[in-house]
This record gives sequence, C-alpha cells and structure tokens, in this order.
Amino acid sequence: MKGIIHKYSRDNIDTDVILPGPYLKIHDHDELSKHAMEGIDTDFSNKVAKGDFILAGSNFGCGSSREHAPIALSHCGITAVLAPSFARIFYRNCVDGGYLLPLEIEKSTLEEISDKDTLEIDLEKNQIHDMTNGKKFSISPFPPLIKKIIDAGGLMYYKE
Amino acid sequence: MNITEKIIARASNRNSASPGDVVFANVDKLMIHDVSGPGVIKVFEEWSKKGIQLDKVWNADKIWIAEDHFVPSADRISAENISKLTKWAEKFGIKKHFKYGLGQYGICHTLSHEEALVLPGEFYVGGDSHTNTTGALGALAVGLGHTDIAYAMKHGRIWLKVPETLLFKIIGKKPPHIMAKDIILKIISDIGTDGANYKTMEFAGNVVSQMSMEERLTLTNMTTEAGAKNGIIEPDVVTDEYIQQRTADSYKPVLGDDPHYLEEYTYDIEKLEPFVAKPYSPQNGAAARELQTVEINKAYIGSCTGAKLEDLRSAAQILKGKKVKVRTEVLPAAQSIYIKAMKEGLIDIFMEAGAVVGPPTCGACCGAHMGILAKDEICVSTTNRNFPGRMGHVESQTYLASPLVVAASAIKGKITDPRDVSN
Repeated sequence: MKGIIHKYSRDNIDTDVILPGPYLKIHDHDELSKHAMEGIDTDFSNKVAKGDFILAGSNFGCGSSREHAPIALSHCGITAVLAPSFARIFYRNCVDGGYLLPLEIEKSTLEEISDKDTLEIDLEKNQIHDMTNGKKFSISPFPPLIKKIIDAGGLMYYKE
Repeated sequence: MNITEKIIARASNRNSASPGDVVFANVDKLMIHDVSGPGVIKVFEEWSKKGIQLDKVWNADKIWIAEDHFVPSADRISAENISKLTKWAEKFGIKKHFKYGLGQYGICHTLSHEEALVLPGEFYVGGDSHTNTTGALGALAVGLGHTDIAYAMKHGRIWLKVPETLLFKIIGKKPPHIMAKDIILKIISDIGTDGANYKTMEFAGNVVSQMSMEERLTLTNMTTEAGAKNGIIEPDVVTDEYIQQRTADSYKPVLGDDPHYLEEYTYDIEKLEPFVAKPYSPQNGAAARELQTVEINKAYIGSCTGAKLEDLRSAAQILKGKKVKVRTEVLPAAQSIYIKAMKEGLIDIFMEAGAVVGPPTCGACCGAHMGILAKDEICVSTTNRNFPGRMGHVESQTYLASPLVVAASAIKGKITDPRDVSN
C-alpha cells in the first residue's frame, strides 16, 4: 500500500467530526463521502486521492456507532487510518465492514511523520516506510481474528 | 468471574470467559433505530449484490425497532428512511416497532428499560453507541455498527473480545443536590474519554445500591463516553422491582462469582460538588460553581441520558414557580414518561416557567434537527456528548450537566449550582 498522509494530530477525533450528525439520514456512500471530516477540514474530500491515509492522534473515532464514519472515509479513497489508538466501535466498523484498515502506531511515530509525506505500508512486516523522510516505523500486528476477517474481506465473508 | 464474564460465558456456551478471549456469542436481543436500521438495510443491499441474501432474520421476536433520531420526520429523506424501515420490518415479521404518533415510542435506550425489552442476564446488542445504558439492568448491553448488527441479525451471533473490567465503588452519604450525572462526569474527568476503552465499567457501593434504576441508567449510559464496551450493575431488589412493574417475563439474574477486576476505584461522594463537563469533551470537568460567569443561550433537558421521569422531576423541583431567562427546551425521553410527567403536573411547571416542551426525539442531542445551536451559542444540557458540532454549529458550545444544574442555569441565564437558587 502506498499513499499520501493527511495529518490531524489532535486526540479524540470523534465521529461527530468525521461525519457530522445532520448527515446520519444519508445512506448513499458517494454522498456521504462529500462530508467526510467536515468537522475538522471542510476541504477534506477534495484533497484526498484514492489510496491515501489519515494520520491522527489517540482514540480516533470515539463517540457514536455510526458506520457512516468509516464509509465516508473509505469512499473518499482513504485505505488506512494510522493512530496510536482507536475507539472500539469505529475499529470494529472499519474491519467488519471491510472499509479500511485501522493501524495502531507508536505515539512517537505521530510526531515523526509530516502532513503530505508519502508512505509505503507493508502489512506482512508490519512496517511503515516514510518515503519522504526515509524513516521506518512499526505497526502493531492485528490480533488473529481481526487478521482473518480482514483477509476474508469483511465479517460477512468470514467463516466461523 | 465477574457478571460480564459470566454472561459472555453463558452466551458463548463456555464454562468460563477470561479477559482477552475472543468468542462468538449468541445474542438474546437486538435493536435498530431510524438511523442504524436504514444503515443495516443498506449493508444487506450491498451483500445482496455480492450474492449473500437475507432470506430471514435469525429471530424476528427478539428484534425491536425504535423511531427516535429524525422524528417527527425532519425532512423528506428522514421520512423516506422511516417508510423504508417500516416496509422492511413488515417483510421480515418484526412486530416490536415503536412508531412515533402511534402509542408508546421514544428514544431507543429509554424504551429498552421503560418497556423491559431487555432482561437481567441477557446479551443485548444495539445499533447505537449508547446501548451501554441498558447494562444498569444487569444485562450485557453492547453498541455496534451496521455491519455487526446485520451479521447478528442474520446469524444470531457476533464476535466479542472478553473485556477487562474496571470496578467503580461509589460510597459515602449522597448530598441531595448530587445526581448520578455529577458522579459519572467526575469519573470521566478523571479517567478520560478513552479511560475505559475496550473495557467494562462496573458500578457498586452503597450509593449505587441505594440509587433508583433511572439514576443507575445515567451511570451506565455515560460509560460510552469513557470508551467502554459496556457498563453494568449487578441486579438486586431495585432491579427486580423495576422489571416486575413492567413485564411478566421471568429471568434468571446473573451475579458475579469470585469476581476479578483489572482495577478498582473508590469514590466517596460526600463532598462532591455539582459537576459539569465543559466544551469540547465529556472529560473536560469542572465544578458548576467555578463556571458561574459563563452566560448561556439555551438550557436543554432531553435525551436518553437526562429526560427520564426522575430527571424531569428534578428539573421541575427547581423550575417550579420560576421563570427561565434563556431558551429552554424540555423533551421527555419516551411517550410513557411524557404522560407520567403530565399527570404529575411537571409539564405545567415547565410551560409556566416559559420552557417549550417537545416530543421525544434524539434530534437536538445529536445536532440533527428540532433545536440545533447557532455559531457561538452556548448550551447547558442534560445530554451525553459535547464534541465540536455535536449539538449544532461546529463553533457552538455545550456544557454537560445534571438536570438540577441545567434547570438552575435556565433560571439564572448562566451556569449555576442548584444550591445557589432559592426554592
């Protein structure tokens, strides 16, 4: 996986920021994608290209259970969110819906990667290569069940 | 095992469950509402394109539907969503559908306890983050997204990681001006919005034992704001009386047995002051008296957190014979609560004070409709969340507080400790 980083360093970026409440009535994925991250960056959906990543602070996706949040990010082109930690329902929604990958990084990595850096992510080695500054960082490996669900393409395709 | 572990062990047909175990557990009850319902239908539509069909739901009698977020229909899209959800529910034989304008209806989490739709010891999943609320009944109540709910609806099962449990012992003599909301806001200010991430928050201690069920529900409701997977309280005589008043269904209470906790916290609340969460996070705590210079534009008494019957009684106790100084909105959390409040004369008190009284809805709490905030407006609210844009414009501000604090603030036009208004 290779893409450009969109960095929002603050902790606790919640689902009201990722996809604000008034849009909860919308279930069309393309329409939702226009409002992704509107609570923090009204220009987000225009900036993002297919394959890009978000880098964010701890507890990303806290707040509501709305699956609209990972759907909106994924339909903008985001394939992974990198953060020191995630809120549990957001994490589940990303994995079980097969929308994008929630990748847990060290807190220090957040400071070392800059906005608009190009990253290459190797999920076999659990490694990030920042091609802009040449540095390498580790990702926490997925727990076994999470890995199986991701490999299956989402919970519906997973065989218990 | 503690109560959460025992329920998971039973639901996953195992002798035991330990933190970190990953299991598939059988669901006892399942809820969707007018946001998650259409979301779940959309998931099924997407699966259908890939050859996975939903021929029937796992058990139509165990599923129930609430119309709460965008009711009364906010606009054409919301109206279409409800219409679509209604047709879908009929097709799959789901009869427990609480429709607005047709008898009992209200906020999903309020209905879960008000109608005893979930019983102690059950594993209940809901398509909403505040599903945690129902854990006050001694059930394992977990909020999930659309895909997980769709999976559970089809298979009657869902995967869970057995959580670590944090025990909160609330002890001491509870001052009369302190409500469960003050206590839980204080706890969240200490542990943070990720302080219980992936974990269980269990509550015990003499204060909890003496609490009414509605107050207990405020504690578990707000565990979502600390990132918890679930909040739970062991069922006791209060639980049993509450359930028996509402259903003839029998249940087998599950209690902890040589319970293990990751950490134990003790809160002596004798000296706790009325407590508020400032913008823009539920963890941003301060005593109400420290904020008495903060002028407000609106006081809001509503939501699954703060519009149960006792919340309304508490607010009315302050507002009786007074006039509000700022826009004040009161929305009982369910039709049944509205009726009880009316019979007790609470609605008269609110309206004579100058407040507007509206129908049950989640609308303003999630900034969707029916009372959203303008730029720079400041609201003090009995709701649960105050992230940027939560109740309206991204530069509006919400202070979270108990119904007593909100009512006192409505009278003064600024954030007010209930002890500072005369009765």
